[in-house]
Amino acid sequence: MSTVEERVKKIVCEQLGAKEEDVTPQASFVDDLGADSLDTVELVMALEEEFETEIPDEEAEKLTSVQDAIDYINAHLQ
Amino acid sequence: MSRRRVVVTGLGMLSPLGGNVKDTWEGILAGKSGIGMIEHFDASPFNTQFCGRVKGFEATDYIDRKDTKKMDMFIQYGIAAAIQAVEDSGLEVTAENAGRIGCSIGSGIGGLETIERNHTTLEKSGPRRISPFFIPAAIINMIAGNLSIRYGLKGPNIAITTACTTGSHSIGYAARTIAYGDADAMVAGGAEYASTPLGIGGFSAARALSSRNDNPQGASRPWDRDRDGFVLADGAGVVVLEEYERAKARGAKIYAELTGFGMSGDAYHMTSPPEDGAGAAASMQNAVNDAGLNATDIDYINAHGTSTPNGDRAESQAAKSLYGADYKQIRMSSTKSMIGHLLGAAGAVEAIFSVLAIRDQVAPPTINLENPDEGCDLDYISGSARDMPIRHAMSNSFGFGGTNGTLVFSKLDD
Repeated sequence: MSTVEERVKKIVCEQLGAKEEDVTPQASFVDDLGADSLDTVELVMALEEEFETEIPDEEAEKLTSVQDAIDYINAHLQ
Repeated sequence: MSRRRVVVTGLGMLSPLGGNVKDTWEGILAGKSGIGMIEHFDASPFNTQFCGRVKGFEATDYIDRKDTKKMDMFIQYGIAAAIQAVEDSGLEVTAENAGRIGCSIGSGIGGLETIERNHTTLEKSGPRRISPFFIPAAIINMIAGNLSIRYGLKGPNIAITTACTTGSHSIGYAARTIAYGDADAMVAGGAEYASTPLGIGGFSAARALSSRNDNPQGASRPWDRDRDGFVLADGAGVVVLEEYERAKARGAKIYAELTGFGMSGDAYHMTSPPEDGAGAAASMQNAVNDAGLNATDIDYINAHGTSTPNGDRAESQAAKSLYGADYKQIRMSSTKSMIGHLLGAAGAVEAIFSVLAIRDQVAPPTINLENPDEGCDLDYISGSARDMPIRHAMSNSFGFGGTNGTLVFSKLDD
């Protein structure tokens, strides 16, 4: 079973068409990985699907980096 | 002030006969059919189980993988054909000329497959699962939109949708835009991807499609006694149009001049033309008038010729009414006999065939025409392509709603 970090990184790569080496924990979706506002909406949807969870819009807006996403999932994963 | 002249300097195409202009044109001149059985979904419950599909398309040859999911297939086809056309033309977009170059590329239906998929998601998983790219991936003007972003085209940006006349209207409108002085070059055409369950099922329900499931390649048979409807097909056609002096000054390869554009409305019925083809005749006459020609100057007509019982006869009657006593001069063929009906892309790919007919001085054939029907008594270039002098060629398109468009292309004087 992959770790949360590995699964998040995989989704970010797929959704944003980013190279694996660029998807560091510190990487910002918009500033470093070239996402626009619609890309980030879709990225959050993909995370919701992967982790079978629902991320409220006000929480989703705070997820701006790979580490943010990993932390959120770890905190909310049942 | 005399009208600015408009010439064709670039061509791009995806069709059931090939992923580019060259392969398609070779197939057309060889009288090949690109039609086949539906394999991309289970068509067994459908009355019609075949169509024309683009084979071997690799979107990433043209578009970043990340962007492909943001574009319905009709947009991807349109972008691919447009890239081919721009590269063929050698058109260079600079900061100085960007505002003078625009796009006029439409579609008959738009992102049907994307609409179907997101509707299924909505039913199954609720509104939160609808993709944020659903709307921009489905709407019709996103070929023109995405293309302008890719090349930085800041001139007029428009998408016309007039059913099966979309491609002709898009090109005709683009030519007017240049002639009027709103732009110096336009990337123009149409694209379609309607071979989805709803697309096939919908046209079938309208009794528009052939159901010759035992012989798909013989199904599109314009003017033949045994025709039973059109064959739906996917693809795209895009041309680069330029103001003549500009094209000449940069030493561009000029395929032909776009000399005439005509339009009309049938004001008759949602899906059928009047028997006498009066609307079609008006469209053709308007185009000939626009070109400053007589109907009898037209050497070759690329017909709308969809293989529907009413449409084929009406178009023949229309052409005859135009030529009057000289109707035996008419040389008219339907390339839809080979590639099927590309709906919103049809007018564009057929405009390209008309341009190539002038370049190569050859009229493409009509295949599958074994027994000409009553009222269909013209020379339809049946069976095989014919070498002949072609100075002026006409391309017809007629669409649901009774919307008609005709383009006239002419050999450029040396």
